[in-house]
Amino acid sequence: MPKDHGIGASTKRREDVRFLTGAGNYTDDINVHGQAYVHFLRSDVAHGRITNIDTAAAAAMPGVVRIFTGADFEGVGGLPCGWQVTDKHGEVMKEPPHPVLAQGKVRHVGEPIAAVVADTLQQARDAADAIDLDIEELPAVVNMKAALEEGATKVHDDLSDNLCYDWGFVEENKGAVEEAIANAAHVTTLELVNNRLVANPMEPRVAVGDFNRATGDSTLYTTSQNPHVIRLLMGAFVLGIPEHKLRVVAPDVGGGFGTKIFHYAEEAFCTFAAKACNRAVKWTSTRSEAFMSDAHGRDHVTKIELALDADNNFTAVRTETYANMGAYLSTFAPSVPTWLHGTLMAGNYKTPNIYVNVKAVFTNTVPVDAYRGAGRPEATYQLERVIDKAARELGVDPVELRRQNFITEFPYATPVAVEYDTGDYHATMDKMLELIDRDGFAARRAESEKKGKLRGLGINCFIEACGIAPSNLVGQLGARAGLYESATVRVNATGGLVVMTGSHSHGQGHETAFPQVISEMIGIPEDQVEIVHGDTANTPMGMGTYGSRSIAVGGSAMVRAAEKIIAKTKKIAAHLLEAAEADIELKDGQFSVAGTDKSVAWGDVCLAAYVPHNYPLEDIEPGLEETAFYDPSNFTYPAGAYACEVEVDPETGVTTIEKFVSADDFGNVVNPMIVEGQVHGGIAQGIGQALLENCVYDENGQLLSASYMDYAMPRADDLPEMAAYTVDHSCQTPCTHNPLGVKGCGEAGAIGSPPTVINAILDALNSGGHKVDHIDMPASPSRVWAAINNAS
Amino acid sequence: MYSFDIERPTTLADALAALADDEAQALGGGQTLIPTLKQRLASPSKLVCLSGIEELKGISRDGDTLTIGGGTTHGTIARETAEGFPGLAGLASKIGDPAVRNRGTIGGSLANNDPSACYPAAAMACGATIVTNSREIAADDYFQGMFATALEEGEIITAVKFPVPESSAYIKFEQPASRFPLVGVFVAKYADRVGVGVTGASEEGVFRWTEAEAALGGNFAESALEGLSVSGDGMIGDLHGTGAYRAHLVGVMTRRAVAAAR
Repeated sequence: MPKDHGIGASTKRREDVRFLTGAGNYTDDINVHGQAYVHFLRSDVAHGRITNIDTAAAAAMPGVVRIFTGADFEGVGGLPCGWQVTDKHGEVMKEPPHPVLAQGKVRHVGEPIAAVVADTLQQARDAADAIDLDIEELPAVVNMKAALEEGATKVHDDLSDNLCYDWGFVEENKGAVEEAIANAAHVTTLELVNNRLVANPMEPRVAVGDFNRATGDSTLYTTSQNPHVIRLLMGAFVLGIPEHKLRVVAPDVGGGFGTKIFHYAEEAFCTFAAKACNRAVKWTSTRSEAFMSDAHGRDHVTKIELALDADNNFTAVRTETYANMGAYLSTFAPSVPTWLHGTLMAGNYKTPNIYVNVKAVFTNTVPVDAYRGAGRPEATYQLERVIDKAARELGVDPVELRRQNFITEFPYATPVAVEYDTGDYHATMDKMLELIDRDGFAARRAESEKKGKLRGLGINCFIEACGIAPSNLVGQLGARAGLYESATVRVNATGGLVVMTGSHSHGQGHETAFPQVISEMIGIPEDQVEIVHGDTANTPMGMGTYGSRSIAVGGSAMVRAAEKIIAKTKKIAAHLLEAAEADIELKDGQFSVAGTDKSVAWGDVCLAAYVPHNYPLEDIEPGLEETAFYDPSNFTYPAGAYACEVEVDPETGVTTIEKFVSADDFGNVVNPMIVEGQVHGGIAQGIGQALLENCVYDENGQLLSASYMDYAMPRADDLPEMAAYTVDHSCQTPCTHNPLGVKGCGEAGAIGSPPTVINAILDALNSGGHKVDHIDMPASPSRVWAAINNAS
Repeated sequence: MYSFDIERPTTLADALAALADDEAQALGGGQTLIPTLKQRLASPSKLVCLSGIEELKGISRDGDTLTIGGGTTHGTIARETAEGFPGLAGLASKIGDPAVRNRGTIGGSLANNDPSACYPAAAMACGATIVTNSREIAADDYFQGMFATALEEGEIITAVKFPVPESSAYIKFEQPASRFPLVGVFVAKYADRVGVGVTGASEEGVFRWTEAEAALGGNFAESALEGLSVSGDGMIGDLHGTGAYRAHLVGVMTRRAVAAAR
């Protein structure tokens, strides 16, 4: 019988009531009395020098409050980068200034040049049209390899070239890797592109800046995954506002997928302008602006080599990756191709020698940063693609090739700096093979062939490092922030309680899942627990939500705070029951004395804490409120095995997904329904990357896929029927180092699915006699058709 | 959007009078024009809204001729021609989404002549007649390249006359992002001829694939198309497919349309 409450119950999401009935409170729903609106004049060229900007005529237009240009921000800090990578020569990365409004030059289409604040948005737009602007267009660099050539146009004049860093990992392993490759019985090489993506959360970004001249306090309402991080970055590094005079509120947020982690120019602008104009200033991104101002994702070009011995054991992996940074370093951009990517190159395998080289490159494009999975999908994609290619070249079963190389003993220290605490990769592989019914595949392929279709089965294994992250470790790796999480548990006098968490929910379901944990610990109903998040004024300093970290790190902080509460309530109960504290047990909301029938209810103990008439005031303080900060000792390592069956129409190149199976190991699971929803969503995004989504610039740096007319988002009919999905998380090896034994599930689907889909397509094409080794994502109909025709 | 005036005439005569103003622009269902205005890509000072004119709406049949008012929505066409002209109903039922089909009109689509619009393929294949307030124009003469038509300034499409085929079908291959046809083919079989209209593919806009028409005229079967192909020269090449791919799809979609015709 499934549980109906507490850990392991599929409690329905309480937040969905307001989301589905239009009662959510999103940033755009927030209007401050007397607010003005800002419209940003953005660059329409990828690279150019601003030779003239005259705002006089525009400033005289109706309703204009003030027009700002780069000159207004000369004394203001630039947008900071939160991670510093040190390259293979021991040099720190190049870190060019990232102005709020362009200073003299523009470096990508969409870069804000001027900002018009007016009474209405229409007036702001009209005035922006009237700004007299001249830009001397310069040649743009878009292609990463061309950007690194001698004499290439420089994105930043003050830098020696467009190379941000040249990272080697682990540099000391390089020689051993070269030797292993030289001595290998077989080496499989693959060159591939991890396509550039636009995150496209349903809610575009919004910022409302407010300033209270009576108190001198600034407030920013913003669409953020981490309001405290924004407060720290913007307050300390950009605007010079001390944190006690700055409040950042991220209310209901309609999806983030990484792109709402970062601190953006528009946030700093609205906060700055509210004070300068003594008036609240609001900006709501249009969808068109989102395409050219939200940080993009992925955009790696990689060559990977896999060396095997005569028995098909993996002996070495060597990679060379070009990672696009765009024109400026977004908040966490340098960490994505390095510490979130290189550290995962062991995958699920005991490959003894691994060397990863990453060249991060500046180009005249929108900055690139973390997107669901962030580095780990890029690692998984190249590794799982090259393994499949090796299996084809060697004529061996791709399942068996993976199995014989699996890591089976834990903890396992990889050659790329991380230590997996626990896992069972054979178990997830077994479960996946059972669910996909591999034995029945041949018959299904025959059925497809009767219809003139090619059917393929693709498999994939993956591991990710989640629950980001141990602060001392990431500090050594270049992080300029800690990555703990925090929670305050405030118990009210009548026994209900509020958890103020530094985690932020933007669709994940914290308001439902976190109370399940408290309910399990104390034995009170889930509806007695309220979750507060997203406001620096009433939550402890937290690092926010990304990297599948909320339940693993934020949940653990909550557990630690609740443990303190329970310890204190036991003291109070012992006093009330005139018993020894060690004899007090808490179960189902009742404190009892072991071996007696004496008990007192949770609510009565809480009341005693706030009405301390009969209370051990000499030993403990009244009240019930505790805060905990939790810093994990390791990453968590969710892993899984995915399989996908596709049908390819060789006449048109159309791929349809007929069946999709995931067998994930998330450790313990708090709410299975929410976990399954997270995996479904992740798989949809992964299928989107594999088949549909592609952010494309032309050689002049113009964004060709600048709207939904050309950027293909996955829609319901691009995905298999729900009946064709099986999302399983029954293989559970609990995390060994956090109190809940959880690993995190938010990114798994997006990490595990792209290689699964491409491996399936290649299997289908090869089954039809088309000798195709590689197809880049997205495997659009035209690309598949071209691959078939070039091969035949 | 820039600000503009709007007039809402209820008769064709009032609409024509309003459109006499040089700065005025006709507004049909608004499924292209409104997004264009929202992006500030056009700035007419006056819009003349045609959706309140009852005489532009409705479908009637006289013998083998189906007459559809220019202001008739895709949704209405999909419902009301399902029995008598299923090829056209199928085309109309797959344009955009329900919101688009309940606002967008056949007259608006034909007047705009987007190179990826669906109706032009049907009009060409069927040899439809475009009826305006002042004249009747044969489809072959009406379409004059991407976004270009025989319409004069201020001229309004009042109706479209389709000779009803014995059987027909429209098959489109959707561009993955916009879902407009990357290639769409309308095949119409008459007692004495077959029409094949192709949209989405050519840099010249909608066209008739006359070689396929001739082959199918002799034998209305997929096999009649064996060995026939269109050239990739002059076909649109973009993010979503090369000219060669589009040319290939013209053949595939035509065969599938022949197989689906009813």
